Amino acid sequence: MKYEAVIGLEVHVQIKTKSKMFTRVAAGYGHPANTLTDPVVLALPGVLPVMNKAALDAIIKAGLLLGCEIAPVCKWDRKNYFYPDSPKNYQISQYDQPLCLNGAVEIELPGAARNIQGEHKKIALTRIHLEEDVGKLNHEAFDSLVDYNRAGTPLMEIVSEPVIKSAEEAYAYLTSLRATMIYGGISDCDMEKGQLRCDANISIRPVGETKLGTKVELKNLNSISFVRDGIAHEIKRQIAVVESGGTIVQETRDYDGMTGTSQSLRSKEMAHDYRYFPDPDLMPVKVDAAWKARIQAECPELPFAKQTRFQADYTLPYTLASVLVWDKALADFFEEAVKLAGAARAQAVGNWIVNDLQRELGAAKIDLADSKVRPAHIAELVKLVDAGTLLSNAAKEVFIDMSATGEMPAIVMAKKGLAAAPTDTAELEGWCRDAIAANAKSVAEFKAGKESAINGLKGPIMKASKGKANPKLVDETLRRLLAVS
Amino acid sequence: MSVPEDLNIDRIANLARIALTPEEKAKFAAQLADVLTNIEKLKQVDVAGVEPTAHAFPVYNVWADDVAQAGLSIDDALRNAPAQRDNMIVVPKVVE
Amino acid sequence: MSHAAMPNELFNKSIAELAGLLAAKTITSVELMQAVIARTQAVEERVKAFNSYDTDDALAQAAASDARRAAGQSLGALDGIPIGIKDVIAVTGQPLTASSKMLANFVSPYDATVTQKLKKAGAVIWGRLNLDEFAMGSSTENSAFQTTRNPYDLDCVPGGSSGGSAAALAAGEAIATLGSDTGGSIRQPAALCGVVGLKPTYGLVSRFGLIAFASSLDQIGPFTRTVEDAAILLQSIVGHDERDSTSFKTEIPDYRAALKEKKGPWRIGIPKEYFGEGLDPEVAVAVQKAIDYYKSLGCEIKPVSLPHTEYGVGVYYIIATAECSSNLSRYDGIRYGHRSAEASDIVDLYFKSRAEGFGPEVKRRIILGTYVLSSGYYDAYYLRAQKVRTLIRQDFLNAYKEVDAIITPTTPTPAFKRGAKADPLAMYLCDVYTIGVNLAGLPGISVPCGFSSGGLPIGMQLIGQPFKEADLLAIAHAYDSTHDWTKRTPNL
Repeated sequence: MKYEAVIGLEVHVQIKTKSKMFTRVAAGYGHPANTLTDPVVLALPGVLPVMNKAALDAIIKAGLLLGCEIAPVCKWDRKNYFYPDSPKNYQISQYDQPLCLNGAVEIELPGAARNIQGEHKKIALTRIHLEEDVGKLNHEAFDSLVDYNRAGTPLMEIVSEPVIKSAEEAYAYLTSLRATMIYGGISDCDMEKGQLRCDANISIRPVGETKLGTKVELKNLNSISFVRDGIAHEIKRQIAVVESGGTIVQETRDYDGMTGTSQSLRSKEMAHDYRYFPDPDLMPVKVDAAWKARIQAECPELPFAKQTRFQADYTLPYTLASVLVWDKALADFFEEAVKLAGAARAQAVGNWIVNDLQRELGAAKIDLADSKVRPAHIAELVKLVDAGTLLSNAAKEVFIDMSATGEMPAIVMAKKGLAAAPTDTAELEGWCRDAIAANAKSVAEFKAGKESAINGLKGPIMKASKGKANPKLVDETLRRLLAVS
Repeated sequence: MSVPEDLNIDRIANLARIALTPEEKAKFAAQLADVLTNIEKLKQVDVAGVEPTAHAFPVYNVWADDVAQAGLSIDDALRNAPAQRDNMIVVPKVVE
Repeated sequence: MSHAAMPNELFNKSIAELAGLLAAKTITSVELMQAVIARTQAVEERVKAFNSYDTDDALAQAAASDARRAAGQSLGALDGIPIGIKDVIAVTGQPLTASSKMLANFVSPYDATVTQKLKKAGAVIWGRLNLDEFAMGSSTENSAFQTTRNPYDLDCVPGGSSGGSAAALAAGEAIATLGSDTGGSIRQPAALCGVVGLKPTYGLVSRFGLIAFASSLDQIGPFTRTVEDAAILLQSIVGHDERDSTSFKTEIPDYRAALKEKKGPWRIGIPKEYFGEGLDPEVAVAVQKAIDYYKSLGCEIKPVSLPHTEYGVGVYYIIATAECSSNLSRYDGIRYGHRSAEASDIVDLYFKSRAEGFGPEVKRRIILGTYVLSSGYYDAYYLRAQKVRTLIRQDFLNAYKEVDAIITPTTPTPAFKRGAKADPLAMYLCDVYTIGVNLAGLPGISVPCGFSSGGLPIGMQLIGQPFKEADLLAIAHAYDSTHDWTKRTPNL
């Protein structure tokens, strides 16, 4: 019996605002305990909530980026339940009139090979709504300590339709969603800081069956990798249960990423009855066309669209394009450099960024924004190499230097005397003739139409020239000589 | 007045997190039954096509700009706390 | 029971008169405050209106007022006037107990918006006044601390929930007080204690800093000796508040000036549904006499109908309890408030802290509210009640096409004896004349209009149009300024 998995993901994304969702005390992470509170956060007697306009802007943007319908009117509801991290013992949320409906997250599955772009598909969303985050419980040996710094932070709840079919798809979904939020400037989505949290609902059914199986909720998935691993583990577990004649119990399970196991959370004594009702302290929200248009104008091009464009307009290979687009800052840096270097040099620019720049950033443990290397540096470097003024080994040395000092490559080159010697064309032609003479097989293959055979000639030339021969000139000279004879 | 069968005082008291004594449960059930009987007559009213009053004078888009303002000092935040340690509220161990 | 007028003591004077005496330097704020303190100390043991008060703090505020006045920087009519505060309105550094064991030791770290406004007006914030616990009740018998007495008959209740606010004023323990009104909690005690009590239009006065009972119904309002004083005090507490999303941006007129400018005659509506069964005959007579007075001024007296009146109590007890069941969830002994010493674990902590902290009426309303919101009942109860509420509001707005204001009795009977209404439903029905006004969000004022043969005060209610307090006060003033009910004082 073959089984298929049916997975739905519920993702909470913390919106990056200066103040909290329903009060203006600062929002933030990593602050000393209980320093980001005010009477409203603590739910002192007599306080009232006031909406944060920027949070509304952010969720509208998220909705537009994900192709959702933005509800013309939406309201706030109270979700009533008691828990120590929830000061009011109700959460202000949106129940039956969420701000965003439908929409989809575009995902890319792994391709046939590492350098081949995989299939794209759209994972449908059910809805996105706004709510407020809760405080943090710190469990000690004999009691628990509550820190309310996080309480009241604006939170988007993004619910997918149960149409995800595998752990891999879930992984792709989260990376895509995360990139979209970062691109939109909506959230930093740092899972370690709790800015992106994911719960999964998983069920299985025999292939071909249309009825849904009993679903299990999986919690405590603390990284995108753990989401994938946890889901894979749960699917296996459910199949094993069913195949051994058991039935799936509807429950919540806690996944431990370190051990790769899950266990059932203590089942609640009573089913949740949230007693939703419209919050009388808050007025409803009307989103008109003008507001949507303003937000639409701020929406950036998303990673997949950019990936397609980079491959088309700059003739970038998939491997290069796919790495560049996942970091918006990197992608912008790349395009800036290409503007200065010329589109024809795009691939070279891309390679320098993806290989050398990333390496230097990693070694210095800094972000792109803090690097002394700017697009102009890369553009100039690429032009120097292209002109033959700087040979590849020397260029690599220049790169390291300019990363440290921020000096333009031409200056570093001059200071360190790394400019390639002017080409003695006679000497170069001599090397070429020698190579042609000594490598008949390559010559024959090349003349027979095998383009890559020319590399069999270039190798010896580079050796003979001790790496100093200008590659472009070598190529031109060889082709000229081969064409003649 | 008799208690409606679906007035499950135990379930309601659970949801409301209030421990009621058996005497209280019996007394409340009877008193609430009276009130609910009075409320029953609302079912006579023809509410077809009537919008519920969510707010007496509805207004839309009441919000504030995203500007962070000063909050409470830790001392003020915890001034009324029944139990605290390390600047956090202490509660009995919560098992998740 | 005699109610001979007291000699013209400072503590019995109006804000208007005292403001004049202060401005003329005939008296100082400190002298006024001392007189109020002395009076309080003389009668409080019998009246039991205050949960607490701080005489040093009050005198310091009074001294500051005198200093301002001496420097020619008086802040206006309220500068130096002692105003008592119902113990549900936050004042920094003062207890905020809601007359509940749950908050018996809670000290507020912040000011309510109305508190900030009173301070800006220079008023002396004086004491914490008793109420029915969490504002739930009509007699102040539900207070966890003490039961306030009606100064006109110490065996009788002062009404509720703002019983302390009404009684303190009637007894001369304050020059004016603030209360809150959700279903009649200002107007009813005002009527029972022979003072003026105003509930403003919903949204006119900020609720930020008012312990919430029913969010869509609560309003803070003034208790005063005269309608003119109500205009003065109202002026200082109204206004749109950024911290209260339900407060309104609306033009604020000069209420005191309106009393002089607006002279009528007016069209007065008399709803037949408010003059039927259950109305005490002496109350009916007193209110009728008042209506006759308006007629003598040239006002047109028109019968109107508010056909959905009988559903008001039912609608109220669904909506108010539903909202309060959620509003009171925060009282769990975790961050503040009473925490049970008996709890064995976190779950137990909620159950026991709340069981120990809340009194029976509060528990009853939380249970009822939880029930009407619980799964499967929302449509039948809460949603339906909100629809009937629309109809009740529509009744009033229809009436206002024909009339400018509506007059009714404030309460069906004068003050009743402590313990007389043990049955909760009987207590709820006390609110029958006041409740519709909250449901419709309208302004309503109770004005003294007589005494019963037993010497107990009787009040009439005037109901106005939304945000038209200026007109409402002018109409009430036309009666109040020409009768001397409000000059009477209890025999304490």
